[in-house]
Amino acid sequence: MTAVEEVPTELGGVAVMQVTLRIKRMNPEGTGDHAPGEDYWEEFHLEAHATDRVLDALHKIKWEQDGTLAFRRSCAHGVCGSDAMRINARNRLACKTLLKDLNPAKPILVEPIVGLPVEKDLIVDMEPFFASYRKIMPFLMPAGPAPERERLQTPAQRERFDDTTKCILCAACTTACPVFWTDGQYFGPQAIVGAHRFIFDSRDEGQWDRLEILNDTAGVWKCRTAFNCTEACPRGIEVTKAISEIKHALNTGEI
Amino acid sequence: MTTHDYDVVIVGAGGAGMRAALESSQRARTAVLTKLYPTRSHTGAAQGGMAAALSNVEDDNVEWHVFDTVKGGDYLVDQDAAQILCAEAVDAVLDLEKMGLPFNRTEDGHIDQRRFGGHTRNHGEAAVRRACYSADRTGHMILQTLYQQCVKQDVEFFNEFYVLELLLSEDPQDAKPGAEVAVAGVVAYELATGEVHTFRAKSVIFATGGAGKIFKTTSNAHTLTGDGMGMVLRAGLPLEDMEFFQFHPTGLAGLGILLSEAARGEGGILRNSTGERFMERYAPTIKDLAPRDMVARAISNEVREGRGCGPHKDYVLLDLTHLEPAHIDAKLPDITEFARTYLGVEPYTEPIPVFPTAHFAMGGIPTTVTAQVLRNNTDVVAGLYAAGECACVSVHGANRLGTNSLLDINVFGRRAGIAAAEYAAATASAPALPPAADAGVAGLVEKLRSSVSGGGTETVAGLRREVQETMDRNVQVFRTSDSLTAAAGVIADVKARYENIAIHDRGQKYNTDLLEAVELSFLIELAEVVVAGALARQESRGGHYREDFPTRDDEKFMKHTMAYGSPGGIRLDYKPVVITKYQPMERKY
Repeated sequence: MTAVEEVPTELGGVAVMQVTLRIKRMNPEGTGDHAPGEDYWEEFHLEAHATDRVLDALHKIKWEQDGTLAFRRSCAHGVCGSDAMRINARNRLACKTLLKDLNPAKPILVEPIVGLPVEKDLIVDMEPFFASYRKIMPFLMPAGPAPERERLQTPAQRERFDDTTKCILCAACTTACPVFWTDGQYFGPQAIVGAHRFIFDSRDEGQWDRLEILNDTAGVWKCRTAFNCTEACPRGIEVTKAISEIKHALNTGEI
Repeated sequence: MTTHDYDVVIVGAGGAGMRAALESSQRARTAVLTKLYPTRSHTGAAQGGMAAALSNVEDDNVEWHVFDTVKGGDYLVDQDAAQILCAEAVDAVLDLEKMGLPFNRTEDGHIDQRRFGGHTRNHGEAAVRRACYSADRTGHMILQTLYQQCVKQDVEFFNEFYVLELLLSEDPQDAKPGAEVAVAGVVAYELATGEVHTFRAKSVIFATGGAGKIFKTTSNAHTLTGDGMGMVLRAGLPLEDMEFFQFHPTGLAGLGILLSEAARGEGGILRNSTGERFMERYAPTIKDLAPRDMVARAISNEVREGRGCGPHKDYVLLDLTHLEPAHIDAKLPDITEFARTYLGVEPYTEPIPVFPTAHFAMGGIPTTVTAQVLRNNTDVVAGLYAAGECACVSVHGANRLGTNSLLDINVFGRRAGIAAAEYAAATASAPALPPAADAGVAGLVEKLRSSVSGGGTETVAGLRREVQETMDRNVQVFRTSDSLTAAAGVIADVKARYENIAIHDRGQKYNTDLLEAVELSFLIELAEVVVAGALARQESRGGHYREDFPTRDDEKFMKHTMAYGSPGGIRLDYKPVVITKYQPMERKY
């Protein structure tokens, strides 16, 4: 532990430490040292608390060292889905990853998520990702006229699709998928999660239309069950399980 | 410069903006301009529920809901607006269910309901189950469901477009009472390219959310910088009741991350360092489920009287340890995960450290009950609407009840969408744009870009921290003339030094550095308005508590504050409160 110097502070005994962030950067307009669009790594050294989030460290860099560093963020506690990035080679939300849970003795590697075009530093073009989501018709398609009061649904029916309702569209799953990286056509895990949320909702009658879309060459059969998506999901959704339930429905014709 | 032409432009794509868009886009050519992708909006962080007297699990009715809302707001609520809010609540919830929102269900398949602070049976007898919910992620479900419906209706979004200026037909401060002032459009900055766009529109709806970032400790997102309220103020329009800011009692200690009141609705108990359930002393009837202003003050009071917990005795404990882990997992999965992730606390077995966190602006852009924006106490701006947290109808008065904000965005978002589209349909064309309509925004952007090498010595982060720290120290749960005067001094100083600011990024593309500087300018101006209103209001009411004037003074202050920007500083005026059937009474729980 040479790179980490732990000194106690006045703040409730939370240790202050020196950390290094090694950030993959790209400026579309170029900088003094780098051509427009060129990737490069840059190291930043800063003082942080062990309980700080990676997002706090990024803010500290942006606010105190280099205001040109670009990344998206909003809620800062893991519910808005803005700040998915690759941290030490794993997709995570910067606001849900604490420095103490990484190894601060080594530089912390921060890169944009992979498979979507990089726009600037950690910001990627999300449009292809949302385009896949829109393709699976992500809205309730009920049969018949709407009742006067609510449609009924038992707690068990509601529980059936609970897991996939948690999705925050952060793209951590899709951009962790090796098939998505290499196959430009694949919808990716998130779109399948988005479809699952409706296919297994007892109020929905659009399941066969959605399953037909997912049966397409760009659909679920591209999945090679790598489980990267499940590991990457910051909401703890069992993404691979959801995909396998859809494969099962397609194979058996049963939901 | 690119110019666009629409019937209706909606600014903001949270709950209110998207609910408005679903109505407006069916009736008129509509564009939604949003500084974030719609699903990033802070509606998604709302947790506990949405109030409606459905009576699915026990007897309830609209009148009780109205009474609770008025009393909860310490009688500063406009009662005609509260009546609309509560009467339209039932359909607002049922509409969301029909759109597909996955509410939690009762055994017989109906929408389940639970208890929440200040919502009572029969005018205060006991807590009532009125909050319709989906675990502790109701806001997430509302945001996702509304976005899904927008996808279905093919609503046109302009993502990551920062609207920075509101264009009116003339300066409202020069217009005579009764004269027509109309909306002409907005000017926006596109994050991806740095291009400035002008949107001409017959109707404009502001649904830009809150301004929690004027405080340091807040449940609000980094992006909640009050841009909409700030633009309205700059356009010469008033802001209403801005001194009323809600501090949510249970933010994660030291972080401010929200822990839903649903934790107490499900049986959680607040305890001080002696283990005492101290809310029994402050609100003997409904205890931990008293309204937020009372619970936040009680917590702050316990801490300052030395009964706080932890090494610095600076927080209290939210105790869920007597609840079954399975019950916690089913009803409160997200907030218990926040406690584990950010504080390393296991809520099954350990109580959670909590302290009040800046949460919600009761005040905002004054509107009528059809969401039309007022330019003084009586005249509206033709074609301009506002809904959601940025607006002040006023249904929340001096203190909002939990679950009434998710209701507010749905009821008044819908009303704004319909009214804006109908106004556009009845209007031949929008007022002509002023010459060089984008000059103001283009000049602002250029000035900040040129600050990169302009020799300025002030930083965005430094000035922002000074504002936020003085607001936390001096304008939080307890306020005095001295504390507010101190805050006013800091804000005035920061405002002057802002002129000497320097940013780092001169780029055109994804220049978030530049936008943080613009957002800071809105924060400074809004902090100024909050403090001015709070200094002048020499009484204690709802979320505004003056230790030097500790009681409510209906004779002098049963009125809404109307704050206007002027060259000499904030100018204050007042507007009567609409009282229909509930005369002010002492507020006991």
